[in-house]
Amino acid sequence: MPDPVVSVRNLRIWYGTTRGPVRAVDDVSFDIKPGETLGLVGESGCGKSTLGRGLMGLLPEGAAMDGEIVYDGTNLVGLPARELRALRGPHIGMIFQEPMTRLDPLMRIETQFRETLETHEPDLSRDEIRKRSLEVLAGMGIPPTRFRQYPHEFSGGMRQRIMIALALVLRPKLVIADEPTTALDVLVEAQILGILADLKRNFDTALLLITHNLGIVAEACDNVAVMYAGQIVEEGRSDDVYRTPAHPYTRELLRSIISLSTTGLQYIPGAPPDLTDPPSGCHFHPRCPDVMQVCPRQDPVEMPIETGQRVLCWLHGPEKQIPSGGREKLEQQEFALADEA
Amino acid sequence: MQTKPESRPPLLEVTDLKTHFPLRGSFGQRLLGRETGSVRAVDGVSLSLRRGEVLGLVGESGSGKTTLGRTILRLAEPTSGSIRFEGQEVVGLSEPAFRPFRRRIQIVFQDPHASLNPAMDLWTAIGHPLIVHGIIKDREATRDAVGAALTRVGLTPVDQFLHKYPSDLSGGQKQRAVLARAIILGPDLLVADEPVSMLDMSVRAKILELMIELKRELDLTYLYITHDLATAKFFCDRIAIMYLGRIVETGPTTEIFENPRHPYTASLLRAIPDPDPDRTTPRDLPRGEVPDAAAPPLGCSFHPRCPRAFEICGWESRDLRDLIEAHWTRIPEEQYERERKLVGDLEVLEEPSLVAQVPAGRGASGSDVGAILRRMRDEDPDEPLWTGVRDTRVDDGHAEVTFGEWLEPLLLPDGDAEVACHLYDEQARSKAR
Repeated sequence: MPDPVVSVRNLRIWYGTTRGPVRAVDDVSFDIKPGETLGLVGESGCGKSTLGRGLMGLLPEGAAMDGEIVYDGTNLVGLPARELRALRGPHIGMIFQEPMTRLDPLMRIETQFRETLETHEPDLSRDEIRKRSLEVLAGMGIPPTRFRQYPHEFSGGMRQRIMIALALVLRPKLVIADEPTTALDVLVEAQILGILADLKRNFDTALLLITHNLGIVAEACDNVAVMYAGQIVEEGRSDDVYRTPAHPYTRELLRSIISLSTTGLQYIPGAPPDLTDPPSGCHFHPRCPDVMQVCPRQDPVEMPIETGQRVLCWLHGPEKQIPSGGREKLEQQEFALADEA
Repeated sequence: MQTKPESRPPLLEVTDLKTHFPLRGSFGQRLLGRETGSVRAVDGVSLSLRRGEVLGLVGESGSGKTTLGRTILRLAEPTSGSIRFEGQEVVGLSEPAFRPFRRRIQIVFQDPHASLNPAMDLWTAIGHPLIVHGIIKDREATRDAVGAALTRVGLTPVDQFLHKYPSDLSGGQKQRAVLARAIILGPDLLVADEPVSMLDMSVRAKILELMIELKRELDLTYLYITHDLATAKFFCDRIAIMYLGRIVETGPTTEIFENPRHPYTASLLRAIPDPDPDRTTPRDLPRGEVPDAAAPPLGCSFHPRCPRAFEICGWESRDLRDLIEAHWTRIPEEQYERERKLVGDLEVLEEPSLVAQVPAGRGASGSDVGAILRRMRDEDPDEPLWTGVRDTRVDDGHAEVTFGEWLEPLLLPDGDAEVACHLYDEQARSKAR
């Protein structure tokens, strides 16, 4: 088994608001191996984008982080900004949702690539720079004839492919993509997903794909981590998680998706909690159809289960820590529509 | 006049509607007030909606679906065509003459946050239409009507919600408030433009359920505008698929999903990411993106991307340019450098023409270009573009590719649906030999 490209251990990220500290990421751990794609899914406000920004060292001022992000033997948490900046690009590539806002509108595509390569690989000759750029652009289906054009001369899908090319030209080992297809149409989205799949096949790149779209995760990711209220509540191989979801939140979320095979509407009552004051015990317990006596009283413990997932839910034990009577059903509280998301 | 319900005219009937937006080019041209073309956002759309029906208008961004919705509400001025509401023509009506129709046609937009004034509490915001239309004089007197609307959309206890501001509400609650404002005038038709697209997965179902309830209780008719085929399948009685300003396929929902006819519909259906782990993304997706509506392709707008296009679909010079450029992304660097020198500036192919003259580069001849084209054809003989080529000849300074005549696809009945595609038009096919 190859060593993971990145190993995240007990990562916490919190920031201050006028209503008190928000624990946006609360004790999260995972690994990504070379050539592997991990899908990080969750609804808005679950902390998935904060986690992505934390990994890139791009947290806003006033945010604090502890735990470990081990990349290539180095813990990135607490690393000086200068050293982090050197890692971003050649080691950790980034792809964002809005390609237009990330490309410099006044720079030809050629210049953007040259600047990127000159900054990080100063030894390259002009010819090598051109060759490297054209090669990766061609791989994204951007014709070499358009190398000297400006970002506004390209369509949305092409800009996103240029963004991906710009991230890949430095050959990073880890790519973090935050909702890379959300602003795109279905057909273009499918094209981009195809490109991301080729990426890990051809370059052995490790990819963290952050998205709210469970359909994308099912198609593009080897593994999936489901986030709720700052925690990863379930992680495992995508096939396993989708076929046999172990956490009630994963199960209910999958049931609430409207897909082509939907015949009835399902949804999760209530709303995700306010992260300044999350519910006690399991954060999902007020909305959980399977809630037990133990759930609001004790924090759940991460458990590996038979089907291969790791789950943060008392339904899966550990039995030893559940007090007697803890498994008895707790009456689920009624939600007024007024409290919904 | 007594008429049976069946013989009543449709609630909404749109015929050959066009909404074009003028384009102004350079500063100089703008200074002279000269128009340099137009974006044909809606380009000859006909549809009708019976009372109580839900019609799904499905398309990608740039298809013109939103402009069509806005034109029906007269938020955009139609260029030509007719919009009849219960048989009465509304195109050409002055603003005051149209105002009574505004009470009966309401719209819900995609972004509930942008739809609500952050400085208005719900009482003011939801009661606003009543005051604007002069039904109730002041805000105080709207309380009962606003309370009833809030109750209908589930924002209870009313007393608590009347004084809330948009910033106090979640995304789903905001969309409920927007729906309350839309129904307060007792409309007949609700144009819903992506009403659930901005909401989280677990909330979408609730808002769709509310819309179904409102439709039943208030006898509403919906025009549901979306890019999301999955919600359209669940929600709509009939579907119209739009591409670049036109309807390319329309029919009952089950028919569209079980038996998609247009290659565009078929590829949309295959491209939807599905949470079923047994499905994978298909690899044979249409290339490229929705073209520019200011310079649409000749013939069928979808032909440059269509895997099943053939000779009469509208092949022309721009398609040849795209093909040459795509070829250059697939070949090794050295070969590209070599070929690039043999071919001149492809910009000349941008003017749509059935005769495409591919210029030779400096020091190269037309036969060099001809050789490249021949090699491209040998390497990919199944490329649909070649079916449209009538003749290729080489001259001193260029290679000339002549394409055959093309036909405009018409929206024609095929079984229970209507489709605008030459594959389903016997007459057109026979012209193609």
